[in-house]
Amino acid sequence: MILYWILSNAPGGPLGPYLQNPHITPADIERLRHNFGLDQPLPVRYIRWLGMVLHGDLGYSTSNSESVTTAIVERLPATLLLAGTSFVLSLIIGVTFGIVAAVKPYSWIDYLVTTFAFFGQSMPVFWFALMLQLVFAVAGITAFGYHFALPSAGISSSDDFDLGDRIEHLVLPTIVLSLLYIAVWSRFTRSSMLEVIRTDYMRTAAAKGLDRLTIIMRHGLKNAMIPVVTIVALSLPGLFSGAVVTETIFAWPGMGRLFFNALGQFDFPLLMGYLVIVSFLVVFFNLLADVTYAWLDPRVKYD
Amino acid sequence: MATTLAPGAVPIVPADDEFRVERYGVWKRFRKHKLALIGAVVLVLITLTAIFAKAFPLWDPNYIDQANWSGYPLAPGVAGHFLGTDEAGRDLLSRLIYGAQISLTVAFFAVLMEIVIGTIVGAIAGYYGGWIDYTLMRVTDVFLAIPLLPLLLVLTAIVAASSNKAALGFGVIVVIIGGLSWPAVARLVRASFLSLREKEFCEAARALGNRDGRIIFRHLLPNAVAPIIVQATLEVAGVIITESTLSFLGFGIQPPTASWGNMLANAESNMSIAPWVAIFPGLCILITVLAINYLGDGLRDALDPNMK
Repeated sequence: MILYWILSNAPGGPLGPYLQNPHITPADIERLRHNFGLDQPLPVRYIRWLGMVLHGDLGYSTSNSESVTTAIVERLPATLLLAGTSFVLSLIIGVTFGIVAAVKPYSWIDYLVTTFAFFGQSMPVFWFALMLQLVFAVAGITAFGYHFALPSAGISSSDDFDLGDRIEHLVLPTIVLSLLYIAVWSRFTRSSMLEVIRTDYMRTAAAKGLDRLTIIMRHGLKNAMIPVVTIVALSLPGLFSGAVVTETIFAWPGMGRLFFNALGQFDFPLLMGYLVIVSFLVVFFNLLADVTYAWLDPRVKYD
Repeated sequence: MATTLAPGAVPIVPADDEFRVERYGVWKRFRKHKLALIGAVVLVLITLTAIFAKAFPLWDPNYIDQANWSGYPLAPGVAGHFLGTDEAGRDLLSRLIYGAQISLTVAFFAVLMEIVIGTIVGAIAGYYGGWIDYTLMRVTDVFLAIPLLPLLLVLTAIVAASSNKAALGFGVIVVIIGGLSWPAVARLVRASFLSLREKEFCEAARALGNRDGRIIFRHLLPNAVAPIIVQATLEVAGVIITESTLSFLGFGIQPPTASWGNMLANAESNMSIAPWVAIFPGLCILITVLAINYLGDGLRDALDPNMK
């Protein structure tokens, strides 16, 4: 991780936005450079920055003139709402699809799920978003004599909170964000479930005369979920760090769009802060996965 | 095989025959996977079209049809533009085909780079083990853990900022994508090397006094090639998506050079009046990536029946 931060801290443009401003003289630049400690050698700057991060201070954004921590915390609820909804939706649909396909392998329903998974994995996210906007927001759907269209951007129509309105805004981004995860997770659940179904304890359960649904849900599911947890944990940082593409296209005011805007303005403190948060999420979700293992599989013990 | 063998006799199959039998099995298994076959055919067609783009009677991809263009995209079929034009009056079909050239070339070279780096790192880690393995694998873990897209975006932005150029060269994109996506390959190669180095033939090669480099490349690598091929195929699909996403966001291939991603970048604003500009490039990406994914799936079934 440390190696990585040095890499990101190295580039030559922390004062880039100021350099482009004609009202700032070279003398000012020198002064700023000194004030920000940028005349110090790189390792010194890095250590200082690391120290600040440990105190929860991610520095000041050069494009928003607010602290990076504030900027990110402000965007957090929107990202959590979108990511949380997508996560729950993907997990439910993905696992259900996987089980249904595994219970009757090589049937038409398995074929349908597998095909869907292939499409989901091959779909370019931004194009899928554009197409949904085209169909549901630009063109709208006329059915049963009604014409309705979903909002294509933003998080709400007015400043007042309205649940129905919020849900309307949530529909398209959630579908876009969930598609990939449904596809990947359903494939994993399927192959893992197929393996579990072949095991001896499943046959034992069947021999005891339990009905098929109980066997699958009670005996099979928990075991089949062990490898799925890994893949879910690996994809969660990507989901919760704010889907850059989805949030940008749907103008969703979350962390992903904040990151993308910062990118356009070379706002390095903000970008760095964002990456710190992302790597924190990575560590956190890996830990969560380990805990979940222990719960799913009592053989796993941690000293 | 149970034809005329004397009891206890060891069937001696010439090495060459055995090889052919093995190859035949691969083709037989691959042929069974209908969708993989279709995928392969589609992919060959797309590649040939892209390579021989000049042989088709196409408009120049950057030519602006000022005679007919009025500031808005022309509809498909109007004024000899089979799929219409984009918002700048450039022929869409032609840009799609030349865009395929770019997207496929980027994907090919980026994956080549991934495979070379990943194989070397994975081979060294798997062969030597110990602290070398530990160090290399922690490095790959770091790369694997962080979501690829933000990292790619930051890197392209940094390179663009420090080189003071608005447009990033095509080679830079290849190097950045290839340089960041090798860890998955490294993991894979390491895993097969870990089991291969315990095999007798490896020990025999070592006993004969071969140098490590020779053992790795002449004896172990050929045995680890099947999963690498499968992974490479799937990576091509991944890189096409990655490159088009970068280009779509404005950090990849820069206009006026056409790529499937950057063709979509400006399509959004005109979507209500000219949906075709948004539909076709994405459709190309979807079809290509789908074909590659099915091909990879078929290859996996054929080359490595034990793999999941």
